[in-house]
Parts: sequence; structure tokens; C-alpha cells
Amino acid sequence: MSFEIDILIHRGGRKISGDFKTPAGLTALFGPSGAGKTSLLDAIAGLLRPDRGRIAVGGMVLFDSEAGINLKPERRACGYVFQDSRLFPHRSVTDNLLFGWRLVPEERRWIVPDVAVEFLGIGHLLDRMPSTLSGGEAQRVAIGRALLSGPRFLLMDEPLSSLDAGRREEIMGVIERIRDELRLPILYVSHDRAEVERLADQIIPIHAK
Amino acid sequence: MILSPAEWEIVALSLKVSGTAITAILPIAFGLAWILARKRFAGKVVLDAVIHLPLVLPPVVTGWLLLILFGINGPVGRFFADTVGLTFMFRWTGAALAAAVMALPLMVRAMRLSIESVDRRLEGAARTLGAGPWRTFFEITLPLALPGVIAGMVLGFARSIGEFGATITFVSNIPGETRTLPLAIYTTLQLPGNEAVVTRLAIISVILSLGALVISEVLARRSGLGRGRHVL
Repeated sequence: MSFEIDILIHRGGRKISGDFKTPAGLTALFGPSGAGKTSLLDAIAGLLRPDRGRIAVGGMVLFDSEAGINLKPERRACGYVFQDSRLFPHRSVTDNLLFGWRLVPEERRWIVPDVAVEFLGIGHLLDRMPSTLSGGEAQRVAIGRALLSGPRFLLMDEPLSSLDAGRREEIMGVIERIRDELRLPILYVSHDRAEVERLADQIIPIHAK
Repeated sequence: MILSPAEWEIVALSLKVSGTAITAILPIAFGLAWILARKRFAGKVVLDAVIHLPLVLPPVVTGWLLLILFGINGPVGRFFADTVGLTFMFRWTGAALAAAVMALPLMVRAMRLSIESVDRRLEGAARTLGAGPWRTFFEITLPLALPGVIAGMVLGFARSIGEFGATITFVSNIPGETRTLPLAIYTTLQLPGNEAVVTRLAIISVILSLGALVISEVLARRSGLGRGRHVL
């Protein structure tokens, strides 16, 4: 089992619930905008506290309301790729890439910067500032930043939605390679059926309530 | 333009008073700005209003309140005298205190805007990358808010250089101790035949205040606050 999720989140009068277990590989949370998919990812990353339930990834319990467990986000070893890349605007591409790398203990690193840069094809961007990057470039840097932080699993929140067709194809290729070559458990949020059918090993529908 | 030694002394005193005031009040101003920008609590409106009071009160009233609170028999004044041996009455430290209180609202406004303009989702991203709350503050939040924080300091400095009413009420007009630029100009104006001195001191005032204001606007613009959001 990769992700074992059973949580309930109250948000502004709405109830968002997630109850699923996933096999290895890439699992897509598929549903319309506003169904609470991002809230589920935020809860798994530790950025949002569920009202109750349990979150475990790869056998490690991250949150359990009954046992009183709630790991801080920085302790969850989670690589989160956001819809908007969320690169740090005051730091260069290199400093963005190395932000998590510098913080993670050596034994948890599983990819070195040179390899990640090569893998993502971003060698020519290293000295640039985030504001000068295109959407596709920024998203590749954001993926690299997440991989270099030594994550045990990846969360991807509509990483293609802000990109045009050509760039989507390019990032989709990167995600397929992460899925097949790096073999990280990935939870992938999308409302695009074609994208989900191509990338996902398993699809979990999420409905608005 | 050549200043006499006595005039230089006035300028130096003004810079010392304002510099001390802004340095001492900076952590308090930032803390208040942080609370107002990030926290929700009962009485927030009241706190906001109290901070802004020196902006709208007649300065002479602010000076009188300082006299009551920080005077020799005032509750706060006695506390400082007893614990750290710091007194304010008729001393340059009192002039600095008056300057700090008058500068506080402007500093808090600028810093609050700059803290509010920091995208909190970037802080979340930093947390998922392994940074704890303090590291996130020092590496993400503070650098992004810094232009606004500096703009607030410079603006507060400009305001404090011009401080008159609260200062003269609280610590009087003592040469070499509390007679800052505006007080010196006022005093000189009372005597006939000193137009040249007044002119020189006034020009210095204009240069200091205008320079600070321009620097603060430039910094505010650079931080992105400038787009339709002025600190004043």
C-alpha cells in the first residue's frame, strides 16, 4: 500500500472526505474543480489539519486524530508540486532547487542535483530568476525542487493546468519518467480525463458534496 | 552652505535622537505589524486604533500623555528608572521616546502592508521542503517583506526628524539635550536678525525629510507595494 487515507475536513461549511487506499505507482484523484481535491493534498502534506481521520503513506503514519499524531509538514518527507509552481521569487533557480536539498539529512537524499537537472533538462536555467521563466520551465524547476528535497512520495496538484498544449506534453513526459524510472508513489490531482487516463495506474473519483 | 559648530551640533543631536528612536522602536513596530497582519483576536480594532492615535491626536496631547506615563512619577517612567536606570525627563532619551511614539503608526502601517503582501502559500511550500517555522520566517517571509520593512523605517525616520509638539511638551527645549532641528528653528525664529540661521536649518530639514521620503517610496515600489498602494 502507498497511500492510506481516511479523513474528514470541514471547510467553510463544506465537508470534504477522502477514504481510499492506493497500490504503488501513480494514483489520480479525479473530479470537478471545487470538489476539495487540493484540500486533500494539503492535508496529506500537513498544510491543513483534518478534523478527524488517519493518513499513512508507505506504512508511515503522518496523521491520526485518535492516536494524537500530527507530524509537522517539514517532517513528512513529502514532495509537493503545486498548480502554480510557487518558486521563491527572491531566489535564483539554483537556490530554489537546492532549498530542500540543503535541509534534508544526507541519508534521505536519493538524487543529486546534477542528475535532477539533467533529468528535467533545466541546465540552461540555473542562473535565472523565477520571474523570467515560462510556465513550463517554472513547473520543471518546481518538480526538481520537490525531488531534491528527498521525498518519500509526491503530491501533484494539477501541474499541467497553467500550461499550453506543447508544454503539457513535455511535463507529462517528465511525470511518466518519474513514475516509471524513480518509482515514487504519486498522488495526482486533475479534472482532465485524457490526462488522467494516460498517466494514472489507478483513478479515484472525488465528488463535490 | 557652511554650518557653524553650534548648528552642526543641532543636526548631530537630531540624527542621534531619530536614529535611536527608530532602532529602539523597530522590533516593537515589526511585532505589532506582524500581529495585525497575521493574527485574529478580540480587540484587534482597539489595538489598531491605539497604535494610530499619535497620528491623529494633537502632538501636544501625545506629549502630555508621555509626561503622565513616563514622567518621574509616572508608572512606566518609574519602572524604567528602577529596573534599568533609564530616565526620560528633560533628556535626549525622552526626545527619542517622543520621536519613536510619533513614528510608530507610520512604521506599523508600512510593515503591516508588506507582511500582508507576502504570499503565504510560499511559506507552505517552504515547510513541505523541510524548513521549520523559524527558517521559513527568516528565509522566505522576512526577505520578501524586507523592502516594506525598510521603507517603514525610513518613513518613520523622516517623521521623527520633524517631530516638534510632543517633544517640546514632554522634554522641553534644552540646548544640546532636547533641542532638535525643529525646536532649534522655532527658538531661532523668536530672536530677531537670525534669518540666515533659520534658512540653513530649514534647508537641512527639507533635505533630510525629502531624502528619507524618496528612499521609502522607491523601496515601497520595488517591493510591489507601490502599485496603487502607498504607505501614506
